[in-house]
Amino acid sequence: MITVKNLTKSFDGNTVLKDISTTFEPGKTNLIIGRSGSGKTVLLKSILGLFEVDSGEIWFDDRNLVNMSDKERKLLRQEIGMVFQGGALFDSINVEGNVRFPLDMFTQMSTAEKQKRVEFCLDHVNIEKQAFKLSPSEISGGMQKRVAIARAIALNPKYLFCDEPNSGLDPETATVIDQLIQALTKEFQMTTIINTHDMNSVIEIGESVLFISKGEKEWEGTKHEILNSGSKKLDDFIFANKLYAQMKQGQ
Amino acid sequence: MYFRQLFLEIDNLGVNSVWIVLIISVFIGGIMTIQFANAMENPLYPSGLVGLGTRDTLLLEFSSTMLALIMAGKVGSNITSEIGTMRVTEQIDSLEIMGVNSASYLILPKIVAVVFVFPFLYILSVFFGLLGGLITGPLVNIITIPEYIEGIQWLFRPYYVFFSIIKCLVFGFLISSVSAYFGYYVQGGALEVGKASTKAVVNTNILILFFDLILTRLLLT
Repeated sequence: MITVKNLTKSFDGNTVLKDISTTFEPGKTNLIIGRSGSGKTVLLKSILGLFEVDSGEIWFDDRNLVNMSDKERKLLRQEIGMVFQGGALFDSINVEGNVRFPLDMFTQMSTAEKQKRVEFCLDHVNIEKQAFKLSPSEISGGMQKRVAIARAIALNPKYLFCDEPNSGLDPETATVIDQLIQALTKEFQMTTIINTHDMNSVIEIGESVLFISKGEKEWEGTKHEILNSGSKKLDDFIFANKLYAQMKQGQ
Repeated sequence: MYFRQLFLEIDNLGVNSVWIVLIISVFIGGIMTIQFANAMENPLYPSGLVGLGTRDTLLLEFSSTMLALIMAGKVGSNITSEIGTMRVTEQIDSLEIMGVNSASYLILPKIVAVVFVFPFLYILSVFFGLLGGLITGPLVNIITIPEYIEGIQWLFRPYYVFFSIIKCLVFGFLISSVSAYFGYYVQGGALEVGKASTKAVVNTNILILFFDLILTRLLLT
């Protein structure tokens, strides 16, 4: 479980996150949604410790990230998997090398054990064996995202972070990625936080949704509650899409 | 893991540069031999001076400083663009989030590799530069092989080699560290990576010439 308490972050006097408090539960897909520039990425990077916060607390179970030394943060990060918007696969190594990378860096596994783990992870994200030796530039965007997910789960993380995991993908592939993340979250009981502005993702996997507007927590709930949230800002965000507006009107 | 990365960098930055070093050195060695022969047409000058001039120019300046300027373009821009691209595509963030010290993992092996390999490239460059002179001199009929070989053995000072290897170590460090710095701190996209590569090469070249002046003053005079 990840708990954020009264988190505030500013850049050069400009407050980007204002007093945000929330809880991200394990075994659930926790979504952070909001307009571009609302502070989603800053919140995600603050939770990851890539940005130092001005005030507040970030608890990874019983460990407060804000008070951790660099050494403690380094150890914590080995429990974190991250899927970046563009995949961020290492260009110089092939698909299986990318998934093996964290195992080489942080485990004492034998070569055979590593290979078994690599195949397990890639199999879980439905990558076929023929693609194992290909370089990231030789596979499609959807496959790159799936390999990135495989790499993120290689060390069996307790916490999984995804920054717009289905951006740039067609709706069908985006749904596959969403469902894959949800299935892995449930199987490994990870605390998963997904940063997105894709309403399809919200409807598909939004078990817990946090809506941020101008750096403030505007609304929190589930996908079932979102259509009747009572928040005008959230309604404006969601119903900017005509399809959802029609859904609201029961058409 | 770090050692494996080091060997990959030695191969990528060093071994892959051997061909360009050989080609440039052979041609420059040949050209210098022709120019020295042209400048020493007076029959009062011993013909062996051509070989001596070629050798000392290669030993003291070309194979260290000029080669460093060339390598700043080849290896330096390679380092900046590789690290810069990793920065803008979030690969460096990815390393950091995994708990890997990205600077140590990406930059240190490159610096060690370039510093390690540069003296070997220097020695190769001197050898093939002299070979270029040996081939070109008799070929264009300006000096005989025995005269050239006698010339390159005249008044040889082993200290010149030591002095140039010191320069190579310094230049290797400058090329790799300055280029890595510009790549590591790039912000933006592909355009900025290109600009960073250009800046890295220009700054490295200026620093190489500046340190050449300082080292020559400190170690040679």
